[in-house]
Amino acid sequence: MNGVTLSSPHTHNDNSVSRVMVLVMLALLPAYAAYLWLFGWGVLINTVLIITAAFASEAVMVKLRGRDPIATLKDGSALLTALLLSIAMPPLAPWWLGVTGIIFAMVFAKHLFGGLGQNSFNPAMVAYVVLLISFPVQMTSWLAPASMQESPLTLTQSLDYTFTGHLPANSAFDAYTHATTLDQMKTELKRGHEVSKTLASPIFGALGGKGWEIINTLLLLGGLWLLWKRLISWHVPAAMLATLFLMAGLFHLINPGHYPGPLFHIFSGGALLGAFFIATDPVTCATSVRGRLLFGFGVGLTTYIIRTWGGYPDGVAFSVLLMNMAAPAIDYFTQPRVFGHKS
Amino acid sequence: MSTLPKSVAATTPLWKFHGGLHLPDNKALSNSQPITPAQLPQRLILPLQQHIGAPAKPLVQPGDVVLKGQMIAQPDGFVSVPLHAPTSGRVIAIESYPVPHPSGMSAPCIVIETDGEDRWIERKPISDYATRDPSELRNIIRDAGIVGLGGAGFPSFIKLNPGSRIAIETLILNGAECEPYITCDDRLMRERPEEIIAGARIMRHALHARRVLIGIEDNKPEAYEAIASLLKRLGNTEIEAVLIPTRYPTGGEKQLIKVLTGKEVPSGGLPIDVGVVCHNVATAAAIHRAVQRGEPLISRVVTITGHGIARPHNLDVLFGTPVRDLLDQCGGTTPQLQKLVMGGPLMGIPLQSLELPIIKTGNCILAVTAEDMGQRGPERNCIRCGECARACPASLLPQQLYWYARAKDFDKAQDYNLFDCIECGCCAYVCPSNLPLVHYYRFAKTTIWSQERDRKAADQARERHDFREFRQEREKTERAEKLAKKKAALEGGEGESGAEEAKKAAIKAAMERAKAKREASDAGTPASTDNAATEQPKES
Repeated sequence: MNGVTLSSPHTHNDNSVSRVMVLVMLALLPAYAAYLWLFGWGVLINTVLIITAAFASEAVMVKLRGRDPIATLKDGSALLTALLLSIAMPPLAPWWLGVTGIIFAMVFAKHLFGGLGQNSFNPAMVAYVVLLISFPVQMTSWLAPASMQESPLTLTQSLDYTFTGHLPANSAFDAYTHATTLDQMKTELKRGHEVSKTLASPIFGALGGKGWEIINTLLLLGGLWLLWKRLISWHVPAAMLATLFLMAGLFHLINPGHYPGPLFHIFSGGALLGAFFIATDPVTCATSVRGRLLFGFGVGLTTYIIRTWGGYPDGVAFSVLLMNMAAPAIDYFTQPRVFGHKS
Repeated sequence: MSTLPKSVAATTPLWKFHGGLHLPDNKALSNSQPITPAQLPQRLILPLQQHIGAPAKPLVQPGDVVLKGQMIAQPDGFVSVPLHAPTSGRVIAIESYPVPHPSGMSAPCIVIETDGEDRWIERKPISDYATRDPSELRNIIRDAGIVGLGGAGFPSFIKLNPGSRIAIETLILNGAECEPYITCDDRLMRERPEEIIAGARIMRHALHARRVLIGIEDNKPEAYEAIASLLKRLGNTEIEAVLIPTRYPTGGEKQLIKVLTGKEVPSGGLPIDVGVVCHNVATAAAIHRAVQRGEPLISRVVTITGHGIARPHNLDVLFGTPVRDLLDQCGGTTPQLQKLVMGGPLMGIPLQSLELPIIKTGNCILAVTAEDMGQRGPERNCIRCGECARACPASLLPQQLYWYARAKDFDKAQDYNLFDCIECGCCAYVCPSNLPLVHYYRFAKTTIWSQERDRKAADQARERHDFREFRQEREKTERAEKLAKKKAALEGGEGESGAEEAKKAAIKAAMERAKAKREASDAGTPASTDNAATEQPKES
């Protein structure tokens, strides 16, 4: 009889932090695979670099904090952050870009706050926003889907670009890239073009950007699977997407020429990734039911505001960080009524 | 397992409480084992405290010969019950032995060497309880040493005394037995429903309760059937058996009251505040035996189960029987045994020795293996996933309580209603970070209680000190006055009333000084634990 735990309860279900992380990554995998398939080798190179840097920087920080790096890395949270950042990064980027972002996330957003569970801000979004503000050119140069490129880059060519900045002879970077859908829409609207005319451009598909609509559909399916497995609660994604949908729908009804419709908003940019995989991050989200509804509402609303009237084409990352800041206050004001207490 | 029969659902509406868990119940390990008598051990070790309240005071000396059912210790104070010899034999010692307690502590026990004859003392059964005064019945129940057999061990006679001002709407008999593995109440309901119903009638009489509901979780259809069919045969309409959905912790007193009546016992209050009294089904059977057979509480049904035991059993065990004897009767433990628990897997206490005796609140000996314990990975940081809050039957925010208990910020923990926690273990069961959450809450509660005790002691000391100062001051002025009086008398007898007034003024001034001082020091003490609540009796 070796007393394993002396305090009740003496039994436990089969859930664990690492299991949660692994299942969330599984849900992300189909969308990631599509991203890789559609945009080429650059995505994989990014991911490998980011994961390596994530592990290395987390290990160093944990070591400095006097804890066991192996045990910490096993919780899977660093891997998930790395994966989330690499799916948010442009497919072809210089090697230092993602590396800088993830190191910043691990050091400043995660471990200086006290590691997993103590961080106020979603580390992947911190990394993304830091990169977007510091290196706007690199962060907004998106490859066109491979199918739309005349000759997609091979693995060696991608590696060459990532590490040396060289592209195959006689080709310019511009030949491989074009603006994202949200970017394109914003620019065209500023130039006074109608929504419908912009949507006719070849980079748009039926729902959102070509290629992107596949990735976003897979993100939606992955998110629904997480809901079904009860790994995330429906409150945040439902509130966020409903708010975004209603806002977009309302303005679209008022002026369809100037405000793109709700489906365009949902299937463009980071809306679905944010709704199911980012805003649901338990650590940085509100915890109560009403709190989560409020949190999702806030993310949806600010996303629409930033997209429509702000300086950046997408606003999911900023919105999540803003609401992260509000989460403790939301939690404080949305405490449930305790059994036997008056409301 | 089975669904609610329509007739039941139609007559008695059911309510829900927040949270709770569907647990693998593992009742099949032992629920087919009929109640069998445990073998008579050589020695019985009887702790003087097997209940909530003051320990009993011994009435016997080492060397005394005692008969079965003889009172060997009497209650000491109001919240206390006597203790009886479970069989005939000789008292061989009254000294400290390890007792079943989370701390593994030792406490005074009466040790009886059994003589194997099992000779009863004269019993005085009552056949006409319905003509007796409730207070007389309560005395019989107290003198029989009956306490809540569901796990809390609160003296039953107190819970049968509503006082004159409160009308009892519902008496609830708790047959939920919501903890996994435990089947002693299940077997009791199946095998001795007549005892339970007889007890229910006595209690209803004592309380003047309008109706009686017997709540049984729907994973025990046979028990429900046994009770319900007997009720039908007896034509009892004021007693009703109700099948309730199986969900841990439905058997918690407050949860069961909510499910059956829709009423919430106010925080810090008692069921009686909402016109309800709740007793365990086994307690009802014990009350029947005490009143109508004249038998005090000397034994109980104990489930011996878990994957760590060779042959699970439901044994009728004399109090004081060492755990080792029971395990031997069940074929011993298996090599996979990890630990022994008294009670269920969610709320039981670990046993640190095989020599520990069965006491009145010991409903189960659980031989826990790795299989019973489930997955238990390394402890990690809280990730605020909120699973605990989703599971909490009290609608608390366990993650916040954990945070503040860990930071020893007990004021904040109380702001988040720490004392509404019933320690059911749901939060820790679902925690993906494997945090021993309940352990943190117990730590916070006991620290607050001990701080509260210290504060009270300090308050008393300060009051004594203030009074002493006041007294010294008064004596000083009185002496001075006496002196002045003497002097005046010596000088010529006038100024009598002036001296009296001066004395009064001096006393008043001294009292005011003392009062000011007391107020100044009162302002400096934090009143954080003013509503720290008291330990709450629980029943599962």
